[in-house]
Amino acid sequence: MPVHAITPNYSGEVKDRVENFHGNQVVYVGWDKHLMFCAPFAFPLPPDMPFRVLLETVMPDPFCVHPEWEKIDWSQVNWLLDGKPFMPQLDVALQDQGVGHKSVVRFQTPELLGFHNAGV
Amino acid sequence: MATKKLNLKDKYRLLTRDLDWEFSYQDRKEAFPYEEFEGIKITDWSKWEDPFRLTMDSYWKYQAEKEKKLYAILDAFSQNNGQTNISDPRYVNALKIFLTGVSPLEYQAYQGFAQTGREFGGIGARVACQMQSIDELRHVQTQIHAMSHYNKFFDGFQEFSHQHDRIWYLSVPKSFFNDARAAGPFEFMVAIGFSFEYVLTNLLFVPFMSGAAYNGDMATVTFGFSAQSDEARHMTLGLEVIKFLLEQHEDNVPIVQKWIDKWFWRGTRLLTIVAMMMDYMLPNKVMSWKEAWEVYFEEAGGALFKDLARYGIRMPKYAETIEKEKEHISHQAWWTFYTHGHATGFHTWVPSDEELDWLSEKYPDTFDKYYRPRWEMAKEMEAKGERFYTKALPQLCTVCQIPMLFTEMDDPTQTCYRSSDYEENKYHFCSDGCKDIFDDEPEKYVQSWLPVHQIFQGNCGGPDVEDILRDYYRINVGTDNMDMKGSPDELRWKEWKGTA
Ligand SMILES: [Fe+2]
Ligand SMILES: [Fe+2]
Ligand SMILES: [Zn+2]
Repeated sequence: MPVHAITPNYSGEVKDRVENFHGNQVVYVGWDKHLMFCAPFAFPLPPDMPFRVLLETVMPDPFCVHPEWEKIDWSQVNWLLDGKPFMPQLDVALQDQGVGHKSVVRFQTPELLGFHNAGV
Repeated sequence: MATKKLNLKDKYRLLTRDLDWEFSYQDRKEAFPYEEFEGIKITDWSKWEDPFRLTMDSYWKYQAEKEKKLYAILDAFSQNNGQTNISDPRYVNALKIFLTGVSPLEYQAYQGFAQTGREFGGIGARVACQMQSIDELRHVQTQIHAMSHYNKFFDGFQEFSHQHDRIWYLSVPKSFFNDARAAGPFEFMVAIGFSFEYVLTNLLFVPFMSGAAYNGDMATVTFGFSAQSDEARHMTLGLEVIKFLLEQHEDNVPIVQKWIDKWFWRGTRLLTIVAMMMDYMLPNKVMSWKEAWEVYFEEAGGALFKDLARYGIRMPKYAETIEKEKEHISHQAWWTFYTHGHATGFHTWVPSDEELDWLSEKYPDTFDKYYRPRWEMAKEMEAKGERFYTKALPQLCTVCQIPMLFTEMDDPTQTCYRSSDYEENKYHFCSDGCKDIFDDEPEKYVQSWLPVHQIFQGNCGGPDVEDILRDYYRINVGTDNMDMKGSPDELRWKEWKGTA
């Protein structure tokens, strides 16, 4: 039973369907083990945005304040898309490489241990 | 003719049980349409034991006496400028959270018990719920009155009711109660009457009210005491409901267990904000969140669940996770508010060095290892004139609506990610507990009003964050928000104390 309701076959309005975002989709981005940022960020992005724009324009704005941001060797980064290993194609649109509405993109930088090596 | 006085027993019978009547031409089921759809089986309402033998006439009398005392003290507090006797102006920020986040829940409790007091077929339960409903209305009123004095001297109190329905972090308490009120009457009672009032409310009131006392806030202490005898009744009602449901039919046991699992999880998530208030917002400390949790949940709650074991009820699911979380959640939450201090209706700050040491002492296994480095970082940035405010909006949990700030309990450096796919859409959660709740009733939670998504959908004004804060949230930008240091609250305090 998808809900315990007094009304038979009750169904709820999906508040966050992609149609409600005026042409954007929501993409979440988190930097693993860098809890200076208390939670992953949410961005409203056009589905046809190339990954490169996300990486080079969208992400630096909130992430660059971290002292280790500059030190990231992007060729060594491990990416996860919705929990599975992922290799972003920089010049391919988000939606054409499986980054969909409410997808979670995570990146891991195992050689960078955060501020004071504390995962911060 | 002399008026005949009823003896207590007769009075009680006439003013509670005797208020019901037999239905001669209407179907009882139509009069109480919400009684069956949750699957709860009630075989005999007359088995309901009234938890407190209180009738309306004596209820009014007691409450009126309490009100008189309360308002006498509140008047004295304001005539003597009680606001100047608090420990430190940082303390007042805890009251801002209380008024915007907790007092409106008293109002929701009033609404919820009024409705539940209509829906039960048994008269004893109906009368008890109606009295609790009136109590809760009194609580919101007395809290507003007590806080109205602070509103004259500090920023951030003026729009509490408007803000409760809009501000991102206030959607956490608001949606908690909305969830309970949108359930059937029995789930509401297990959620609010039992899980919240009987077990978790102590964690809100006892430590928080003694926190008020330790910090010189006599206004809050007084409404706390005035509410306490009401709370004692509410707790008894919560316990009676559980026992009644479990004794009525064995088929009720798994349903009640599921609600207990759900509402303890939701309750502990909601109390994260209280954890943070205790560890970070009380300049004079009472006890750590961890200590409060051990006394009021692990010891008191543990004894209760031992007692309920004879009905086949076990400890709430995820009790082991909850036990580990007491070491972490207050720190994770205050860091979240500190880094979002531009978007809050109250002030935030880096704890003082003595406070950091107190935290190390209270949390020897976790604070220095995981949390002190964050504050060292914040101090360094502040010293460089770069007080850290985060720049983008956070991902939220679909169920508790808290930013995804919680970590794996076995690896406190790793954010806990959980998700479900439901009918073409992805949904994200902060924990297994929140995921379970969604998976059980996805049609309910697909409707979550998630503040970050609402902003992206253009439903909160904008386009810039500052427009949203000012116009949609009605935060006085630059006055109500930002760091405590240099705030108008702090400057005013220094003027009063002659240290400006
Ligand atoms: Fe209350
Ligand atoms: Fe209550
Ligand atoms: Zn959650």
